[in-house]
Amino acid sequence: MAKVIIESLSKNFDRVEAVKNFELEIDDMEFVVLVGPSGCGKSTTLRCVAGLEEVTAGEIFIGDQMVNDLPPRDRNIAMVFQDYALYPHMSVYQNMAFGLKLRKYAKAEINQRVREAAEILGIEELLNRKPRELSGGQRQRVAVGRAIVRKPSVFLFDEPLSNLDAKLRVQMRAELSKLHHTLKTTIIYVTHDQVEAMTMGTKIVIMKDGEIQQVGTPMEVYKYPVNQFVGGFIGSPAMNFISAKIISKDSGLSVDAGSFELSIPPQKEQYLRGKIEEEVIFGIRPEDIQDKSFAEKSLQGGSIQVVVEVVEPLGSEVQLNVTSGENVLVARVDPRTQARLSEEIELVLDLDKIHIFEKDPPHLRVKTEERS
Amino acid sequence: MIRKAFSFSNIQRNRRWALILAYFFLILFIIFFLFPPYYMIVTSFKTNEEISSVKGIPWIINQAPTLYHYKNLLTNTYFLTHFKNTAIVTIFTVAISMTISILAAYSLSRMRFFGSAVLATGVFLTYLVPETLLFIPLFKVLGKLGLLNSKWALVVVFPTLAVPFCTWIMIGYFGSIPKALDEAALIDGARWYQMLFQVFIPVAMPGIIAATIFAFTISWANFLYPLAFVYSNEEMTLTVGTVTTLIRGDVYHWGGLMAGALLAAAPPVIIYAFLMDYYISGLTAGTVKG
Repeated sequence: MAKVIIESLSKNFDRVEAVKNFELEIDDMEFVVLVGPSGCGKSTTLRCVAGLEEVTAGEIFIGDQMVNDLPPRDRNIAMVFQDYALYPHMSVYQNMAFGLKLRKYAKAEINQRVREAAEILGIEELLNRKPRELSGGQRQRVAVGRAIVRKPSVFLFDEPLSNLDAKLRVQMRAELSKLHHTLKTTIIYVTHDQVEAMTMGTKIVIMKDGEIQQVGTPMEVYKYPVNQFVGGFIGSPAMNFISAKIISKDSGLSVDAGSFELSIPPQKEQYLRGKIEEEVIFGIRPEDIQDKSFAEKSLQGGSIQVVVEVVEPLGSEVQLNVTSGENVLVARVDPRTQARLSEEIELVLDLDKIHIFEKDPPHLRVKTEERS
Repeated sequence: MIRKAFSFSNIQRNRRWALILAYFFLILFIIFFLFPPYYMIVTSFKTNEEISSVKGIPWIINQAPTLYHYKNLLTNTYFLTHFKNTAIVTIFTVAISMTISILAAYSLSRMRFFGSAVLATGVFLTYLVPETLLFIPLFKVLGKLGLLNSKWALVVVFPTLAVPFCTWIMIGYFGSIPKALDEAALIDGARWYQMLFQVFIPVAMPGIIAATIFAFTISWANFLYPLAFVYSNEEMTLTVGTVTTLIRGDVYHWGGLMAGALLAAAPPVIIYAFLMDYYISGLTAGTVKG
């Protein structure tokens, strides 16, 4: 039960800056997910909090204590590693009891805690087995069990699900969320998988090249990405980006993407007046594009004519890769779509959900609405 | 050309031939390597008359077998003293070498510090210097230390042979152990020595045993250093001792030599057999993915 505060944390490896000026306040009982492509510094940040890496600059507080100079054992944290790191020569019970034993807990207390944790995780029958006799999912549970028996104030997870197969990953995702509710402990979770970040986190920290791009709730970062990188990183399939220009017409403002033009809804116009005749990046998520024949009637949309390049039926929806002139788009449309390869169809873009990003790096998002 | 139809009997026949060939060469191999020890055993049970006789088949015992050579070896020679000296030297050599090289290999494979890579290579290079080149300067060193003609001289010099190679093979093995294991132990609350003894060393056991076998062999079987640094029978070890006590001038006491060599070889054989089991089980453990 503790807050974690990270103040202007930097970490260099020789001449490489892995983490640059990282600022984050994590409230008690929060489930924070650090997410970003590989090499973005998210694991390094976590390892600094764990005490496995010395920080180059900055301060880390756990609870009220500055922990920069404390060894891992005195930080009251527990960590779950990507490849589980179970002790292969110990049984599951011994694996889970190891930390308590080192802390000189009484035998009865150790026994009780291990059995309690095993029950929560449903691994009671495995306690006498060796790690090598377990499946990937079971090992994962033991690794989590080893962390929860200690009742630490902060849990650290370093890509714990990336070695599991897709189905198990979905299941463990739900279990970890549930566990967070049961344990009511602060969790810092590192992943490169934006789906994990979105589904599990109460707060998401998106990182790139050692720097924080955005901090927010899953819906905030999805709806209002601060820049093109976040827009493209969060959401699957990724947001479509098209180079465009804002133009002014008699009927109002429009986005000119070369092969098509879309009029900007009146409620957004006030925000974009300053951008007239400017080059921008126009973004729209695949789920905000619909097949015209099945589009909702209430949709405030702009339709475009496209050629279908790829049709991927997913059952609940169909994913289309289409082209309009030189522009390439991905759309997730109604499964009843009549789209055929190389044929033309009409798609509708939900204009209320468009994103406009600046042309120049760091491609900041242009505000186009009042946040709800 | 007629193509043969695919059939399982074909595969079975091929398999059988592969097996027959494999067994043939294995048996050849076994005969080649087991014949010398067999001949030693046979000779050690022969009487002196039979050994020097040219009649009869040399590789079986023609007359009544005798234990004379063993009795003589154990009662009338320094064999037991040499055996004891060898055991003492070996125990100390293995203990000293393994302590140094486990710690060295751990730090060289795990910790990044200035010059660690160069040091690791340097450790190996020292192993490449032949002992025949080293024993002259070592003689001077041991003389200064007052250790000449003492088995403790061997306890001092054998680790110089064992440590570099043991360190080198363990660096390789330790490197294959995931670093997350150490880190998990540290986070679980271990101090570094607890991590080393309760997690790392048990996990690294196969590599450590391989190195131990090497250190043991160096100490048990080394011939040159005892020959160079020890000259009294009371301090001598088996390798040199057996030869100097049982070859007198140009008289070879073949029966005694064979008996002595067999008894001297027994401990390594037993230890290898025991540790090899452990070693192989350690290597194959966890290789089947769950």
